[in-house]
Amino acid sequence: MTDSLDQIFVTLKHWLLSGLDDLLKWLEVAPPGWSMPLVSIVLSLAPILMVFPALFAITTVLERKGLGRIQNRYGPNRVGPFGFLQFAADGIKALIKEDLVPRAADKVVHFIAPVILVITAFTVYAVLPFGRNMVAADLDAGLLFFFAVGAASELAVFMAGWSSRNKYALLGAMRAIAQMVSYEIPLILSSVAVVMITGTLSLTKIVEAQSTHAGLLPDWFVFTPWGFMGFTLFMIAANAELNRSPFDLPEGESEIIAGYFIEYSGFKFALFFLSEYLSMFALSGLGITLFLGGWNAPFAALDFIPSWSWFFAKLLALIFLFIWTRGTLPRLRQDQLMNLAWKFMIPMVLVNLVAAALWHFTGPGWMRWLTSGALVVGAYMLLGKPQFESKDIGKRTYRFAD
Amino acid sequence: MLGTGIIKGMAETARNFLGSYVSREHLTTVQYPEERSPQIENARQFPFLVFDGDDPIKGLRCVACQICEKECPPKCIYIVKSKDKRVDYKGQSQFYPARFDIDLSVCMSCQICVEVCPFESIKMDTAYELSTTDRFGGLMADKHQLAKSNEHYRHIHPTDAALSDAALAVEVAKAKAVAEAKAKAAITTTVSPQPVAAT
Repeated sequence: MTDSLDQIFVTLKHWLLSGLDDLLKWLEVAPPGWSMPLVSIVLSLAPILMVFPALFAITTVLERKGLGRIQNRYGPNRVGPFGFLQFAADGIKALIKEDLVPRAADKVVHFIAPVILVITAFTVYAVLPFGRNMVAADLDAGLLFFFAVGAASELAVFMAGWSSRNKYALLGAMRAIAQMVSYEIPLILSSVAVVMITGTLSLTKIVEAQSTHAGLLPDWFVFTPWGFMGFTLFMIAANAELNRSPFDLPEGESEIIAGYFIEYSGFKFALFFLSEYLSMFALSGLGITLFLGGWNAPFAALDFIPSWSWFFAKLLALIFLFIWTRGTLPRLRQDQLMNLAWKFMIPMVLVNLVAAALWHFTGPGWMRWLTSGALVVGAYMLLGKPQFESKDIGKRTYRFAD
Repeated sequence: MLGTGIIKGMAETARNFLGSYVSREHLTTVQYPEERSPQIENARQFPFLVFDGDDPIKGLRCVACQICEKECPPKCIYIVKSKDKRVDYKGQSQFYPARFDIDLSVCMSCQICVEVCPFESIKMDTAYELSTTDRFGGLMADKHQLAKSNEHYRHIHPTDAALSDAALAVEVAKAKAVAEAKAKAAITTTVSPQPVAAT
């Protein structure tokens, strides 16, 4: 029973495929050889194309309500019960708005930039394991594929900024590129530690490596010194990669208005919005897969709950974390952003690789907790000290205002 | 240590997030169309004309002196003085406004018309939901729309209305005294000729 519920989507797909096969045989139609794999691909992709945009719709409402509550207000509560249909109103508004394209814009590039952004955002879902046996394309180098395709979104961002022929768009795109390229490094290097430990780039194998239980805690990588630090760095870098607050510098009402999507209106703007959230879910999903045990249950006793529901529970928790940080932290300045990336994140992530190696070669026992943990904590204290502790700049003096 | 400030901040926002579900004090929002926050007594929006008695037009205190029209900084008041006179609240024969229009789209709610009015006849109203689909005619208020009873004034601005009523009572008493003196004088003048004739 629990197994059948766990595998319900996999069984459903097989049932649909064999049913189609039987139907074709009964009709005595011989389809060309490539048609059945194509149907299989469509059946794998359709749920992804439906579930994650739906999650996007719900998340926009929940985010606005959550931020509202953090700021002691209600948030949207007019459309539908408790305002939960706000996304429908927003979607209809985006659809019926006039699509403006600047006269001087490079029209082709201007049109395809949001499309590429959404396509890359969707493509990375192919390698994410949502549950046991639930992965659209089980690539051996799934992690590599994820980062390679994810990096293409930076191209789309620059296409959007460049083709708009607008100084704000171009400045915003350059900021976004600088930020995304800088944070791509800690993002990838923090996951390299996991690859070092598991010895595989396949995301399904990485999840399997975390499926055992050692005592009370599961063998998730987040419960190791290097894994905890790696997860923290991964989430910070993901936050910057997604241009979300406190790293939302590509947008800035006071200097560059909406940044690289300033010249987009109507549904193209909605596509930027969609891709931003889709990337957020994808990166959260990757973080879950790498550090939080993927679709594994936290305790062996809870294994009867279907694996895919664990994945989505963790996904919602990470989305809440993203919303929470957005509601808490003020944004950085561009130089602070770069300082954080190059002076703290990258050295820290390199130290983390050494810590992971120490963990691996010390062997089981308390020794590896001590060595790896001491290295991570020591490096954190040392690297965090010089640039982030508050400098005493003395009493502020005024030359003219006295 | 690096990051302690972030954790403190996260705790603060979490406290506010959860607090908004358990205590009303955290949610200060007034859900406007359903709820309204009470107005303070000195709230003011646009002027209205005070009338006494039952008939809004006959009871208008305004005597069309046009001081407010001249003083109005954005010139939003338009008055046409009547050709004839009628008896006002003091019992004196006075002109009255044949037309009294205020363009609410021009009015800036400065209250200068109220300050300069010697007859306590124009006051500030507190009604603020005045949106209309016709931006020209809909925002031009004539004297029928502007006329509101003294009871209304007492209701929206009790303190000011009491002062205004007291001032008016003094005026009326003065006017009565003058009228009585006049009447006495009239009696004496009608009575006096005889002794004059006698001398």
